[in-house]
This record gives sequence, C-alpha cells and structure tokens, in this order.
Amino acid sequence: MANNLIARGLKRCSTRRFLLWIAPWAALLAFGLYSAGLCLVEGLNQTNMDNRFAFGLWIFLDLTVIALGAGAFFTGFLLYILKVDELRAVINSAVVIGLVCYSGAVAVLMVDVGQPLRAWFTFWYPNVHSMLTEVTFCITCYLTVLFIEYLPIVLKNRKLREIPTFLVFEFELHKLIYVLAGVGTFLSFFHQGSLGGLYGVLRGRPFAFREGLAVWPSTFFLFIISAAAVGPSFVLLTTWLVEKISRKPLVRPAVLELLGRISGLLLAVYVLAKTVDTLVWINRTSPESGFPAAQYYSWRPFGTWILFAEIVLFGLVPALIMLTPRLRAHTGWLVSAAAMACCGVALNRFVQTIQTLALPTLSFDKFLSYYPSWQEVGTFLAVVAYGALVYSFSFRYFQLFPEERERYQI
Amino acid sequence: MRQRCPQQAVDVDPRTGIVGQMPERCLGCRYCMAACPYHARYFNWWDPRWPAGMEKTLNPDVAPRMRGVVEKCNFCHGRWHAAKQKAAAAGKSEIEPGDYVPACVEACPTGAIRFGDLNDPSNDLRHPDSFRLLKKLGTDPKIYYRSKRDWVRNVAQASRPVSSQKEASHG
Repeated sequence: MANNLIARGLKRCSTRRFLLWIAPWAALLAFGLYSAGLCLVEGLNQTNMDNRFAFGLWIFLDLTVIALGAGAFFTGFLLYILKVDELRAVINSAVVIGLVCYSGAVAVLMVDVGQPLRAWFTFWYPNVHSMLTEVTFCITCYLTVLFIEYLPIVLKNRKLREIPTFLVFEFELHKLIYVLAGVGTFLSFFHQGSLGGLYGVLRGRPFAFREGLAVWPSTFFLFIISAAAVGPSFVLLTTWLVEKISRKPLVRPAVLELLGRISGLLLAVYVLAKTVDTLVWINRTSPESGFPAAQYYSWRPFGTWILFAEIVLFGLVPALIMLTPRLRAHTGWLVSAAAMACCGVALNRFVQTIQTLALPTLSFDKFLSYYPSWQEVGTFLAVVAYGALVYSFSFRYFQLFPEERERYQI
Repeated sequence: MRQRCPQQAVDVDPRTGIVGQMPERCLGCRYCMAACPYHARYFNWWDPRWPAGMEKTLNPDVAPRMRGVVEKCNFCHGRWHAAKQKAAAAGKSEIEPGDYVPACVEACPTGAIRFGDLNDPSNDLRHPDSFRLLKKLGTDPKIYYRSKRDWVRNVAQASRPVSSQKEASHG
C-alpha cells in the first residue's frame, strides 16, 4: 500500500529494505529522545556544562546546522530572485535540508534553555538591543516559512494530489513561492548575521569581540557570507550522498558543478574577508583590549593550527578546488572540496563557541576543559537521526529531484 | 549585560547602577553567563531543595530561585527595598547611607568589604590603591579591590600570569 505513495516513474527500494534502512536511525532517535527527556525532566544537571562553560555541544550544533541549512534560503534566492534556473533540480532537496536543520536546531535549543516553557517571553518582552532577540525572531519566522515551502512538496505526493482541495491549495501556494523566497532570504540574512553578532558583541570576551559597522560586529557579516558559501556545498554533498546511497542519478553533473562554482566563489570572498578581519583583530582590536592575540594560541590544544585549518585548509583550499574548472569537473575533487567547506564552517562555529569559553579572561583564571555528557551526545545524535529520517521519508514519498525521472530513463 | 538578555530579565537600575536579575523572567539561555568575563553569574542546575528543617534558615525577604534560571549578586536587593520603605515611612525621598548595607558587608568579621556610593566624593572607595579587574575591556564593573602590594595589582591587571603560560605550554 505504501508503495502507492511513491511518485509515478520513480523507482524506490522495497518496503522491507526501507524499513531496514530506517530502523537504526529510529533506534538512534529513540535513544536521543530519552537523553533529551532526561535533560528536560531532571534538568541541565544531566549535562557537563557548568557555570564557567555555560555553552557546549548543543550551541555548537545549532550554529553548525543553521549554517549548513543555509542552502535552503540561498538556493531559493538564486533560483527565484536571481533566476538561476538550473538550481530547480535541487531546490526541493534544499528546502528539506533547511527544514531539517532549522527545526532540529530549534528543538535542541528548547532542551538547552533552562526554562523552555518561557520561550514565548522573548516575543512578549523583547529586548531590541539583544542579538539573541533578533536570532529568536528570525529563526522562528524563517522556520514557519520553511514549513510553508515544504507544504507544496508534500502536497505533490501522488495520493494527496487525488484530493482536489489539496491540488488547488498547492497551486495557490506555488504562486507565493517568490514572496516566500524573498522573505526567507531577508530573515536568513539577519539571523545568520545575528548568530555571528552574538559573539562579536561580547566585549568581555576579547577572543570573540570584533569591531564592525554601526551595531553590527564583523562576525555578523562573516557568518552571513560563510553560511551562504557552505549552504550550496552542503546541498551538493547531500545530493551526491543520496545518489550513492540510492544508486540513482538524480541531477545532471552540471548542476553539481554550478553549486560548486557558487560555493567556491563565496568561499573565496569569505576567506578574504576572514583574513582581513583576523589581521585587524590581531593588530588592533585585541591589543587595544590589553590582550595580545598570540596568547590565545598558546593554550593547547588550540594552537595556531586551528586558525590555519579554518582559513587555509578548510577555506582557501576548497575554494580554489571549486573555482578551478578542471578540478570541479571531477566529482571526487568537487565532493571533497564541498565536504572540506562544510568542515570549515563547523570548525569556525566550534572556535566561536568552545574556544571562546575555554580561554581565560581573568589573569588568575585557568584554561577550561569541557567534555559533553552522554545525554548531550544523545540529544545531538537525535538531531542527526531526525534529519536522516525526515530526509529518507521525503526522498521516498516526494519528488525531491525533478530531474530524477528523466535522468533515470537515460 | 542588559543588552545581551533577549527578554529583559537583566535590569540596570539607573539610580543605583546595580545590575539586577529577574529570575521569574529568565529563560535560562545563559548568554549573559557566556558574556560575563568575571563569572559573576550562576545557573541553577538543580532544583532548590533543602534537607528537612533547613528551610527554616531561608530568608523570608528573598524568594528561592527556581531551577533553570540565572542568578547573580544583586547587592541584597531586598535590603535596599527595606531601606527605601523606611525612608518613605519617615517622609524622606532618599535613604540614609547606613540603612542599606549588603549582608556580606555586615557579616564580614574583619571589615574587608566596604559598600558605598561611588558618586559620593566623601567616601574613600576610589583610593589610589584601588583597582578594578579587566578595566581595559570597558565593562565598567562596580567592584573595586584594594591592595598596597604592587604584585597583587599587577596580577589583577595582567592579561595572563606567567605561571599559567608555562603550565599551558607543557600541558
């Protein structure tokens, strides 16, 4: 019966095989939900965070998945606003990735805060001076936009299309897609930036503090560019992975190359901006606060290697690979470069969250260490499992890759 | 710090300059803790529970804070309110300086802690031997420390002590 839900002309594995695929993910999700439940019921004493290490694995996860999920808004922006029509081949997949990333991040945030039932207070008593208010407003609104963008994908399902009301509703929703893409782009620009601004405004943390324009520190702009750069890379990486796992050609190689070229170009801009920002910070911002920047890298294990890895190894190198036509044409190079770009953004978010809190500011403070508890890791894994499950069901029952049918017939 | 809190649970009183915290409004996001370089903020990781009988030691003027919120020293906010009420009952608009003293100042057996109005030129809080931690960061803390010893002041002002540098490079 379930096979009747699969779109005509598409071939999917048997139900038995699909169940075998989702079973481990479901088990992981169950374990993660148990971990998260413990944190909600017993309190955050279940984590290894403490009064000095107040942010941990979850905030790192949130920042990373939100950056990786940026493919949704950026692909939408390129397709619907800038009319890069080739990206129609991956837009549905990008929306699902965005939905998974953002909803997963919001779910983890609800576990991470001490009083999740007071989440609405931010809307009721908003502090317009706080970057976190901007983050909360924009992420919530954008998640709503993503749900609306996901609806037409669901409503195009073979069985649901048999209901005329749904068909009309889907048609009407589709008319709104340009508005949604515009609103999504606006909201995403602001919340990606505000996430960077969260750290950049911390005057009391000279490692993270940055100068900037007006109320926005430089990290505001760096987060926007880096998210826009790795978003297409993550879409590329996911598409390639799905092609490998499902053993089906889903998009033309030219589409993956285009994603790589966009990602490479933006990554090059990011590397340049990040380099300038780092130089200003080393030579002016940090010394003016009384902290020579070199001292931050004398605490092991956070040596200068981390700066090198962030800017050169996972920034400049993948950018050059993706900008070189000969290398880009080779799937191995292209996918490796996309994976490196994604690792780079994860490393950047790790540095912003973990290294910032680990480094001492008071002269008599010690370097702090933190290892997440199994409950934190479990909750982290729940998001991964949730993502895999939502994507797997979406891939099986909805048409995520419009070119798949014709590609399959080739 | 007030600019960090997304839901205005942090309050800076313009009359006293004291940074307060409203636990009933706090979401427990801990952004203020990440922002504070002095580690002056504490998160309630556990439910407030006291062994049987110990609850009698609780201060009736200060409500216990719930699990999952951030709290900090508010210079005994309840005492300030009591002083204001006393002044109002006496028909005065300002409190008498001696009527408002935080509990730690009152309890310290050696008189090592002093409390007063930083804007009052007659008190000696801004002594030449006084210093503030991380003054260069521009966080404008209200706590002043005082020591005649140069090395104490130097350690407090240093961006990083030498002993820790050795320890870190070998660790």
